[in-house]
Amino acid sequence: MIERAAREVLAGMTVNLGIGYPTRIVDYLEPGLPVCMHSENGISGQGPALSYEKADRNLIDAGGAYVSVRPGTAFFDSATSFALVRGGRLDLTILGALQIASNGDLANWTIPGKFTPGVGGGMELAQKARRVVVLSTHLDKRGCSKIVPRCTLPLTAPACVDRVYTDMAVIDVTVDGMLLREIAEGLTVDEVISVTDVPLLINENDLKTF
Amino acid sequence: MIDKRTTIEEAIGRISDGAVVMIGGFGVPGTPFMLIDELVRQNRKQLTIIKNDANETGMGVDHLLSNGQVKRLIVSHIGLNPHAIQMMNEGRVEVEFCAQGILAERIRAAGAGLPGFLSDIAMQTQLARGKPTVEFEGQRYLIEKALKADVALIHAHASDPFGNLAYAASARNFNPLMAMAGGIVIAEAENLLPLGGIQAEAVHTPGPFVDHVVHLGQLTREYGVVRR
Repeated sequence: MIERAAREVLAGMTVNLGIGYPTRIVDYLEPGLPVCMHSENGISGQGPALSYEKADRNLIDAGGAYVSVRPGTAFFDSATSFALVRGGRLDLTILGALQIASNGDLANWTIPGKFTPGVGGGMELAQKARRVVVLSTHLDKRGCSKIVPRCTLPLTAPACVDRVYTDMAVIDVTVDGMLLREIAEGLTVDEVISVTDVPLLINENDLKTF
Repeated sequence: MIDKRTTIEEAIGRISDGAVVMIGGFGVPGTPFMLIDELVRQNRKQLTIIKNDANETGMGVDHLLSNGQVKRLIVSHIGLNPHAIQMMNEGRVEVEFCAQGILAERIRAAGAGLPGFLSDIAMQTQLARGKPTVEFEGQRYLIEKALKADVALIHAHASDPFGNLAYAASARNFNPLMAMAGGIVIAEAENLLPLGGIQAEAVHTPGPFVDHVVHLGQLTREYGVVRR
């Protein structure tokens, strides 16, 4: 699913990858693809992650990983960093999710009483990136569908998600509801439908596997 | 231009009990660990700390928390500090969460002499609770209040005696914003250069914003690479 989601990243884009699976997308990008990776703590054009031995103590990404500079990297303050996001200069963000609702609502920052780390830059990314894509397992740790009719967890942003990539499917959020675009190799449509808590629209003539 | 160099003891001695203190940094880079250590040593209490995060357990801001000096934290994220989360859950510290860019902008607004600004970020979320809204040009917005502090603690890669500052790599983050928003601005610098030592074009924070410059000698271990 990471490999499939990596095809979202196109030449010329400025992209922000969330913590977790999304960060791993860089491993699946075509070498030399001209994309500009943004990090909330004030980096555009960041280079690949570094081992502890090679790390610069002053250079981390927003997830705390040590990263590198490359020709074209720029550093700036946190207000400039979010001006880039809110001002419409971020072409794509790929985020993790706890729940995604059929209208595109996203919950990914807190489970009240259990997990309250704070939202970081997630709300601005989800609300203001030009395209918002979720990359997540289809089911949560208890085996429940992360795709739900309405989010029961506190929202990160309303109606923000354009597309969802999971280990089972690629699903678009459309005005008519959630449209099943692709299913993982080895799965049937019925298997995907049976573990998804919202009705899925299907265009029989245009359903692919990945 | 005047010489703003002073000792770490004298600089931190300007902070009183109950003060609102901004602390630069995003994780380790840009966190003024040695100014924080001195604030722990001088043991000022009932502090409100404004910082992006609460560092990690056993580092930086966490020393202030462990020492019972913090009444309230205003942050965007404390996920790397389970101890801070525990203190919050036990009601031993108040925590106000703010979306990261809005936190930055509230600080920037205060530094720029503005009382606040309008924003649509987080409008339909928990973070909007209790915030006033206003209709402007046909749309509803949150009114975000500027965030001022009594004191701002800044970490710079280099300073001159006048307090012109330059930051390293991703250690810039909140530092230049907080350096504008503090009533008293204290900058610790890894390198002290003569006037003119930082090229005029390469100054990130102009000296007029800075009140006191503390030249660090040997850095403590907390500034180093963290192996998780």
